[in-house]
Amino acid sequence: MDSYSATIVATGAVVAGACGFVGNFLVLRRMALLGDAISHSVLLGVVLAFLITGDRGIGPMFAGAAVFGLLTAVMVQALGRGGVAEDAAVGVTFTAFFALGVVLLTLYAGRVHLDLEHVLYGEIAYVPWDTIEVGGISLGPRALWTMGAVFLLNLAAVGLFYKEFKICSFDPEMAAALGIPVAFFHYVLMALVSLTTVAAFESVGAVLAVAMLIAPGATAYLLTHRLGWMLGLSVVCGAASAVLGYGMAAWLDVSISGAMAAAAGLLFALALLFSPSQGVVVKRLRRRRVGLRKEDVLQ
Amino acid sequence: MNQVQTTELRRQEAAGDAQAARVPAVEVHDLSVAYQKRPVIWGIDFQIPAGKLVGLVGPNGAGKSTLLKAILGLVPPASGWVKIFGRPYDAQRRRLGYVPQRESVDWDFPTSVFDVVLMGRYGHLGLFRRPGKADREMAWECLRRVGMADFAHRQISQLSGGQQQRVFLARALAQDADIYFMDEPLAGVDAATEHAILELLGVLRDQGKTVVVVHHDLQTVSAYFDWVLLLNMRLVACGPTKDVFTPENLQKTYGGRLTVLAHTAHTVSPA
Repeated sequence: MDSYSATIVATGAVVAGACGFVGNFLVLRRMALLGDAISHSVLLGVVLAFLITGDRGIGPMFAGAAVFGLLTAVMVQALGRGGVAEDAAVGVTFTAFFALGVVLLTLYAGRVHLDLEHVLYGEIAYVPWDTIEVGGISLGPRALWTMGAVFLLNLAAVGLFYKEFKICSFDPEMAAALGIPVAFFHYVLMALVSLTTVAAFESVGAVLAVAMLIAPGATAYLLTHRLGWMLGLSVVCGAASAVLGYGMAAWLDVSISGAMAAAAGLLFALALLFSPSQGVVVKRLRRRRVGLRKEDVLQ
Repeated sequence: MNQVQTTELRRQEAAGDAQAARVPAVEVHDLSVAYQKRPVIWGIDFQIPAGKLVGLVGPNGAGKSTLLKAILGLVPPASGWVKIFGRPYDAQRRRLGYVPQRESVDWDFPTSVFDVVLMGRYGHLGLFRRPGKADREMAWECLRRVGMADFAHRQISQLSGGQQQRVFLARALAQDADIYFMDEPLAGVDAATEHAILELLGVLRDQGKTVVVVHHDLQTVSAYFDWVLLLNMRLVACGPTKDVFTPENLQKTYGGRLTVLAHTAHTVSPA
């Protein structure tokens, strides 16, 4: 594998690791769509941050994204308390934010040099050419550094607050009774999701970011009965999707991001069919075996 | 000294402490809770002395779970206050144990029986700290007390309803509390589990702990509890079972649902 391919696969794997890691908790809390919503809402934050600061740098963009990611989570909760069904609250909030982002983007199209195509469908294929240089020495692709940092941040946050994230996901009422600040950890998770998606968005595009947020976690969920294993397996599944997707893209000559996202979906389908404990095929086989035994008894 | 004498001594000590201080285990004053302006419980006043096994009884929608949650600080009160051993809830958090309704969690969550019980220790740990050896030993001990030690490494989705209830009970025991609040721990369990749980609650009471249990089966109230709270949005009565669990009070609590009353009238107040 040449260095171009290696860089792309590595970036894909790191994106998958970072997204999948926080995505696990979205899957477990049945908030998978909230991740999708946040990944769209952040567009408004990115555009506003640019319009206010006039800076296309990474700092204001992340800040704007984090603010609007959190705002999405807050809005969904507030609407839910006001009696709106949660899926409707999610749907209304993110489409409104996203649409406003698109309107502002086109309204100030002359001043905003944000490439909508790139932001939405951003292509992992361009990653190797966008490098960080310090004193004339290239340190490698910027996306790899950004996503690596986000991955480490997620790892540190979940590592430090493992038991809090665990009990807040499993039994938030008990967590509150024990004195754990459930709302605080909810918003910490939402902030991490916002930060992760906007970083992934900007590096590799929306399709891959959203796919990697949910698919690896959902796949790992089918393969294990332990949270620790699930976290690890989701990273492995994500990395495998990156490798597999790159192979598919090279073979069929298609979009790399699209192929990686499709590979993540493919792995999920395989797990759904062949998981040793919960797979459809295994369950069917087990049932047939039981059926045979019954016939033996009847004879 | 054998186990029975030891527990009796502990009970006397605990009862003596409480009496000397004359502090009720739970004191609730003018407590109201509303969801979206619709009152669920209204103007609740009562005291529960320490060392009682208390049944919280009332019809569906009477606000029993809400009352427990309000006492535990899980829902904000619209009015009133709660004191646990004479002090506000926040100061006494570690002295409270909680068993939520079994249906309130996702039993497909990827975790083991042992890990769930260990969660009972989280309140004693604080941020950053992981459960240590002493916490793990305690979790094992609590699993043994509910007869679930053999299931420690099972995935929680593989348990029956009664076993799930025992796991929740073990988790509450791991909280090492002085007062336990349990939301329908006997709902949907078989007769053997019901007896095992009840025996355990009796042991807790004999150790001087206070146990408040949301209970649905009116026929067993007199046999199971030495103190009763009757609730239907407002407090109907609170006191020793033999004084309070009367047909008149049940009539007030359950209103027109006379079929229930006709059925249970003969089991009430045998004296």
